[in-house]
Amino acid sequence: MTPKLGLSAAQIARCRDLAIEVAAGVRRETERFTTVSTERTVLRLLGVDGVDGNEVPIPNRVVASLEAAGRLGRGAAVWMGSALAAGAADSTAAAALLSDPARARALPEHPRWRDAVAPLVEATLARIRANRAERERRLAAHPPDELPLLYAIVATGNIHEDVVQADAAARAGAQCIAVIRSTAQSLLDHVPYGATTSGFGGTFATQENFRLMRAALDRLEPELGRYVRLVNYCSGLCMPEIAAMGALERLDFMLNDALYGIIFRDINPLRTLIDQNFSRRINAVAGVVINTGEDNYLTTADAVEQAPAVLASQFINERLARDAGLADWQIGLGHAFEIDPELEDGLLHEIAQAEAAREIFPDAPLKYMPPTKHMTGNVFRGYQQNALFALTSVMTRQHIHLLGMLTEALHTPFLHDRWLAIEQAKTIRRNARHLADEIEFRPDGRIVRRAKEVLDGAETILRRVAGHGLFAALADGVFADTRRPRDRGRGYDGVVRRDDAYANPFLEAWSQTPAEANA
Amino acid sequence: MTPPAREENVRPYGDKKGDGAVQVSFTLPVAKSAAATEAAKRYVAKMGLREPYVTLAESIAPEFTYFIVYARATHDVDMAGIVAEEAPAAALGREEIDRELSRRFGRRIVVLGCALESDAHTVGLDAIFNMKGYAGDYGLERYGAIDARNLGAQVPVAEVVRLVRETRADAVLVSATVTQNEIHVRHLTDLVDMLEAEGLRDRVVLIAGGARVDHALAKELGYDAGFGPGTTASRVAAFLLEELSRRAATASPA
Repeated sequence: MTPKLGLSAAQIARCRDLAIEVAAGVRRETERFTTVSTERTVLRLLGVDGVDGNEVPIPNRVVASLEAAGRLGRGAAVWMGSALAAGAADSTAAAALLSDPARARALPEHPRWRDAVAPLVEATLARIRANRAERERRLAAHPPDELPLLYAIVATGNIHEDVVQADAAARAGAQCIAVIRSTAQSLLDHVPYGATTSGFGGTFATQENFRLMRAALDRLEPELGRYVRLVNYCSGLCMPEIAAMGALERLDFMLNDALYGIIFRDINPLRTLIDQNFSRRINAVAGVVINTGEDNYLTTADAVEQAPAVLASQFINERLARDAGLADWQIGLGHAFEIDPELEDGLLHEIAQAEAAREIFPDAPLKYMPPTKHMTGNVFRGYQQNALFALTSVMTRQHIHLLGMLTEALHTPFLHDRWLAIEQAKTIRRNARHLADEIEFRPDGRIVRRAKEVLDGAETILRRVAGHGLFAALADGVFADTRRPRDRGRGYDGVVRRDDAYANPFLEAWSQTPAEANA
Repeated sequence: MTPPAREENVRPYGDKKGDGAVQVSFTLPVAKSAAATEAAKRYVAKMGLREPYVTLAESIAPEFTYFIVYARATHDVDMAGIVAEEAPAAALGREEIDRELSRRFGRRIVVLGCALESDAHTVGLDAIFNMKGYAGDYGLERYGAIDARNLGAQVPVAEVVRLVRETRADAVLVSATVTQNEIHVRHLTDLVDMLEAEGLRDRVVLIAGGARVDHALAKELGYDAGFGPGTTASRVAAFLLEELSRRAATASPA
């Protein structure tokens, strides 16, 4: 792909260097801690699952008990291994023992705890490797996908109804199916269990729901002659647990932003930045493509003013993702088409920003999101805005195209709303197939000038964030004018200081994944 | 104020008076076939529409067909006596509202904004609060006479009540997005109930807003006003000016 905007390679490299400084600061401040969610994830990866009689997940029971016993700082794996080495028959029996704080406190650390958990660790690593290999095999069995990938959302609240809607969307041409979560789920400090049939504005992410939807999409594969990707939301207080469930059930894409939960859900910064690292390590090994959430800056504030913040956040997200072992093809940086359609030359701004993202992150599967803020209830105007969005997406070679709904902001999409959206995007993708090859931009024109202005703005923000450190920048309200102090926000009480003998066999296995390979 | 009396009945207008032209689109859960199209025509007839013209019958899934139908409505509506209430507020600009608030109250008016409990949607709330505003109309944060505090989404009802007391708030704006199971209505009424239980209800102006909220619904739920889609910050601010002035007038000894 030939760059068209004439952006300065030296300036882009400076931005990446600043992002390295930002990420190094984050690592220094987070490496002494673990979190309750990270330790629950370790338990899940060791085969601990299920709920007790009060619907409390067993991983929550074990972590609460270890915390009460004052032993969580060493890491849940140490105590699982010790329980197994001391004679617990399997992970279920070990979890039962550790769920009792008195017994957890009395259990001595076994010198051979590592040997005892090793088979469980290896079984999980093998399952994740097998899932990844199976995805690759299935993808290779079909012709390459047409780009951009069309991404549709289902959100009925009932997993069985979601399956019906996903089936219809995939048949109509959707290549990725995202099951929106129940709106409150990001703030739950546990993952619900089993198949669920009632949610608010979405369907709970549970491992069983993942399995049901995965099976439904796999059933379509022979008939459609293509693999349909499954997407869920790896964010909120249970970020790494959802990543683990996705890796075990072969999800393909995960929404997984480093800063989103902090800024838009008031989740504690320390908690989020620790959890994002572990969740991304899981996604890296599972071969999952992460999707970041920079579109949110544009919906909460002005899309023209916020463009530099989006780009700055993309640089930071890219660096933190690379540090967690993700390869560039797995880093689906997000952005959106959210400029007020009443603005003169607004479309030119959109093209400039989308093309700039494409050129600055050439190997990233960019995720482009549709207009939502300026959707009015005039569904005809909305359909027109979505057409401009789809044209910009094709023209600037976006990779993942979240379908815009003409009834955005009115109701959860009807079956035919989604069909109309898919038809529109397919038509434009076909009709403008080689438009990107034909276009050059005037070197002194509005689009090039705008792209440079956005890059300048991003560099200024990154310099400020690197100078103060990310935590200070968050407390200062650098992102989305929202102040998030390091010791406030939801889930802060779930941040736990590691003791000197802390161990996490999964983190150890995955830290060997050379992040340098794509630095 | 009652609307001016109208003498005539009305029906939809396409290209001439009385033609009753309407367009409808819907999906029937049946496979596409000649029988499905006939079913769509009959369905439209049952809606009181005649001369159905099916312009699109498209299979959008194995057992689903999408129809676009043009037809003529046969019903009339009598305009006389229709009363539809809107939140009363004069159309004033930001500068004028700011000036009047300062003159009448001599202090900054504290306005809290939030979406409650499970509601994670903030687009509407941000459009009213954020400095930049929406559609060229500046948000409440831009008003010098208003201390606007956007609490964001997913704020527990109890937290709002606590902040009302702590900040001695003059008004609370609740953004409510319609979800399944009517959960938004429950949270809206929970707030009224808890404010009443704490003896705070009469101290604040309560306003609801959202894509499917209107003044009548808001009043029914115990709010002072409701604003639907497309509402600008200046309209909300004008209502606040009017309502706070009215309360001040009734509270002060005559």
